[in-house]
Amino acid sequence: MSAVISAENLTKKYGDLLAVDHVTFDIPVGAITGFVGPNGAGKTTTIRMLLGLVKPSAGNARILEHPISEPEMYLPFVGAMIEGPAFYPALSGRENLRVLARLGDFPYKKVEELLELVGLADRATSKFKTYSLGMKQRLGIAAALLPNPKVLILDEPVNGLDPAGIHEVRNLLRVLADSGISIFVSSHILSELEVIADHLVVVDHGKVLYQGATKDLLAAHKPRLAVKGSLVSDQEILREIATSAGYPSELSGDQVIIMAPENFAGELNKAAFAKGVVLTLLQITRPTLEESFFEITGGEK
Amino acid sequence: MIRVFRSEWRKLRRPTLFAGTLGIVFGLSVLITALLFILLDSDGGNGPRGRIITRETLALPSGLYLGFTNFAGLLGTIALSVFAAQTALEYTNGTLRNLLVRQPKRLVLLAGKYLAMCSFALLTVIISAIGSIGISLLLAPTKDINTDAWFSSESFELLYSNLGNVYLSAIAYGTVGMAVGIILRSPISSISISLAWILILEGILSFTVDGLDKWLPGQLMSLIAESSNGDISYTYALVGTAIYLTIFGGIATTLFVKRDVSN
Repeated sequence: MSAVISAENLTKKYGDLLAVDHVTFDIPVGAITGFVGPNGAGKTTTIRMLLGLVKPSAGNARILEHPISEPEMYLPFVGAMIEGPAFYPALSGRENLRVLARLGDFPYKKVEELLELVGLADRATSKFKTYSLGMKQRLGIAAALLPNPKVLILDEPVNGLDPAGIHEVRNLLRVLADSGISIFVSSHILSELEVIADHLVVVDHGKVLYQGATKDLLAAHKPRLAVKGSLVSDQEILREIATSAGYPSELSGDQVIIMAPENFAGELNKAAFAKGVVLTLLQITRPTLEESFFEITGGEK
Repeated sequence: MIRVFRSEWRKLRRPTLFAGTLGIVFGLSVLITALLFILLDSDGGNGPRGRIITRETLALPSGLYLGFTNFAGLLGTIALSVFAAQTALEYTNGTLRNLLVRQPKRLVLLAGKYLAMCSFALLTVIISAIGSIGISLLLAPTKDINTDAWFSSESFELLYSNLGNVYLSAIAYGTVGMAVGIILRSPISSISISLAWILILEGILSFTVDGLDKWLPGQLMSLIAESSNGDISYTYALVGTAIYLTIFGGIATTLFVKRDVSN
C-alpha cells in the first residue's frame, strides 16, 4: 500500500455550487500531509466525504484500501477531528471521551492515557464548556487518538492554540508520524504546515493545484537576496548591478530585493565593492510556504 | 447497538438531565396526585380541567393510580422534550459527526439512541408511578377513602395495563419528538413547535371542529394513556398513533440515514 488515502475525481455539488471539483490526490503512508487552501476551497467538504459524513456527487476515494462508500470498513482505524472540536458542553472532558470510547469499544484506560498525553488530566473532571479554546482543541486531538489510528485526519488542529500549544501539537504530530501513523492535516496557518508537513495538497476553488513534497514546492521558487548599502543612493547602484547580471529587483523599504540564486551573493558583493558601495546587509531568503501558496493560487497576501 | 445504547446513557445520566428530569417528574406526579385528594370536596373540582372525581370513584380498584393517569399527558410532553432535545442537540453541538465517525452505520446509531431514550422514558414512568401511588396511599386515609379495592388482584392487573399504556403513550410522544428533532435539527424549534401543536393548536382544533380529535396525533397519543374514551376506542387510538408514528418515523429515519452531515 503506497497511499493511505487515495482520491480520484472526488466531486461535491450543492445545487449550482461546485464545492469540490474532481479532486485527485494520494496521501502517502507514515507521513504528515498538509491540506492547504483558503476558506471555502473545499477542504472541510473533502474531509467530510472521506469520513462518510457527506456523500460525493461523483468520483471515489479509498482509505486504507477501502472505498469511502463503506466507512465501517476503515473508520475503526481512523481518528478524526473535523472543523474544530465538538463535544457536549455539560459533560466533563473525561465523560466526553468516555462517550466516544464506549461507542467505539475502546477501554477507559485509553481515555486516561490520552488525557495525560494532551495535558488535560488535571482538568478531566471540569465541564467542557469551561475549557479554553486551546484545551478544547487538545481534547479534540485526544478524541481522534482514541482508536489507536493508522490514519489521523485533523481539520485545523492548532486553531486557537497559543505558541506553546502549537509547538506541543507540532511535536505530538511528529511523534505520531514517526510511530507510523499517517496524518492528513488541514490548516490555514501555512507557516505551521511548512514546519511539520512532509507532503502537501494545495486546493483552491475545489480544485487541487499542487500535490507533492513540501520541499519540492519550496525549491520550485527561486530564493532572493536582500541587500542594503550604507547610503540611500546605493540602492540605485545595487539595482543596476542586478539588472546587468540579468536579475530583476525591487525596493522594499530601505532594502533592495534581488530575485537571484544564492551564488550571486559573492558576485554582487564584489561588484558593489568595486563601485564603492559598502554593504550593511546581504541576506539570502527563501520563499515561505505562504508565498509559494499565494503564487500557486494567484492570490495576494 | 449495545455500544450505542450504553454510550447514549453516559449522556442521559448527566445530573442536570437525569436528576433534574426525574426530580421534576416525581415532584409533579406527587403534586398532581396530592391535589386530587386535597381538593376532594372542592366545588372547583379536583381532576383535570375542573372535573370532579368523587370519593367513591377513588375507592374503585382504579383509584390507586388515578392520579398517575392524570399525570400521563405531562409525562408525554416531558418525553417529547427529552427525545427532541437529545437528538437535535447532536446537530447543534456538532457532535453527530463524532458519533458517526465512531459508528458509521447510521441506522444502528439511530436505533441505539432511540432504545436508550425509551429506557429513560420507562424510568420516568416508573418514578412518577411510585410518586403518585405513594402519595395516594398516604393521603387516602386522611380523606376517609376506602382503599380495600386498591389491594385487590383486579387493581394490580389494571395497574400493570395502565403502566403499559402510559409508557406506550410516552414512547409515542418521544418518537414524535425525536422525529421532529431530526427534521428541524434545533432543540428549541423542535420542542416549541411540537408542544405548540399538541398542547395549543390541537386543543383549539378539537374544541372548534366536531369529530376532528380522532384525526389528531396528540389526541390519539393521550388517549392511549387513558386506555379508552367514550367516543374513540383504545384500539383506534393505538392504530391511529401507529400510522402517524410510521409516517413521522419513516421521514426522520430516511433523513437521518441519507442526509449529509455538514454541521
